Amino acid sequence: MHNFEFVKPSTIAEAVKALAREDAQALAGGHTLMPTMKQRLAAPAVLVSLTGIPEMRGVCRNGDALEIGAATTHAEVAREAAAVYPALASLAGGIGDPAVRNRGTVGGSLANNDPAACYPAAALGSGATIVTNTREIAADDFFQGLFSTALDAGEIIISVRFPIPERGGYAKFEQPASRFALTGAFVAKFGSGVRVAITGAGEDGVFRWSEAEKALSATYAAGALASLTVSPDGLMGDLHGTPAYRANLVKVMTARAVRAS
Amino acid sequence: MTKVTMTVNGTAVSGEVEGRTLLVQFLREGLGLTGTHVGCDTSQCGACVVHVDGKAVKSCTAFALDLEGASVRTIEGMANADGTLGTLQQAFQDHHGLQCGFCTPGMVMTSAALLAENPKPTEAEVRDYLEGNICRCTGYHNIVKAVLAASGQDVSAVAAE
Repeated sequence: MHNFEFVKPSTIAEAVKALAREDAQALAGGHTLMPTMKQRLAAPAVLVSLTGIPEMRGVCRNGDALEIGAATTHAEVAREAAAVYPALASLAGGIGDPAVRNRGTVGGSLANNDPAACYPAAALGSGATIVTNTREIAADDFFQGLFSTALDAGEIIISVRFPIPERGGYAKFEQPASRFALTGAFVAKFGSGVRVAITGAGEDGVFRWSEAEKALSATYAAGALASLTVSPDGLMGDLHGTPAYRANLVKVMTARAVRAS
Repeated sequence: MTKVTMTVNGTAVSGEVEGRTLLVQFLREGLGLTGTHVGCDTSQCGACVVHVDGKAVKSCTAFALDLEGASVRTIEGMANADGTLGTLQQAFQDHHGLQCGFCTPGMVMTSAALLAENPKPTEAEVRDYLEGNICRCTGYHNIVKAVLAASGQDVSAVAAE
């Protein structure tokens, strides 16, 4: 790994200032960035740790939503969201392994937008709002393809606001080596309708399965998905599964998510 | 180089490190605590697990400077004060929970974190919690048995022989 200057600000204003420096990069839990730096695929000159900023940590209920600080770890979300939003807590508690969950953060996962990560499905499936140091971004506008988001250079996610659904569920078919989702489905039922977000399957990352949303909004039961078919066009294929295999998993995992909700 | 200060196994320590110095490098090369092993170096295998402020963390995937002021516990801190093996370590020995021993420091530290959270885990809970610790001798049955024994449970019927 190339060397860099390490800085750990304690306020958002200091972090924004540090990230404005040339070749500066934000660091959260580091479980994607650090392996990438070890391979020298990333070599920032300045690394800005975002885990020492108190207002970016913690889980709190805010009316009909759960607001989670961007630097809150998966383990903290799994524990503190359990009573209010069990589907989200269960998703967080199923990421990686216990040691990974003690370091990885919700903001880091969303900013990275790995096409097989769990959190993008929760954010898109819940219709979450991503709160940054400059604005609020709807999840529908946030994810913009593989490892790509609406964040501008130097923009920091401060918190994520998840509307709490009447019912919600997450099911993932785990890639056994990486524990990422080979395909995962997040389902959330609100008074206004049902949202379904799929991760691990799309060539462009997380996406909404609108046919399933329509069917589940009419009848909220796994059986409502029976007559739907998923096209393999635009789905990922690799040694773990072909696009057709993933297309089938989309349907199977969505049905499991409904049953789990 | 920047000075980093932390508490390791109850002792205040400090050292000069680079930005890129990993926690595991600081422990092994800076402090000479070579009980913590580097296996995969990519946060997959768990050989490098230590406790940071009481929580299991993969020390190959944390920068030393990010843990300024933290309290760290390593495998060297698991023995009793008189130098005899701690309960969990002794259980690994009694139940043959190691073969080559390379994964053992991480297995013990992760298991200790589990027992701190959940003092009487089921066999399934032990296996689930050790998901991020890989034993390439594949000695999992006896590791699970050792953890259950260390929690004070009867292991005679555990993990089919």
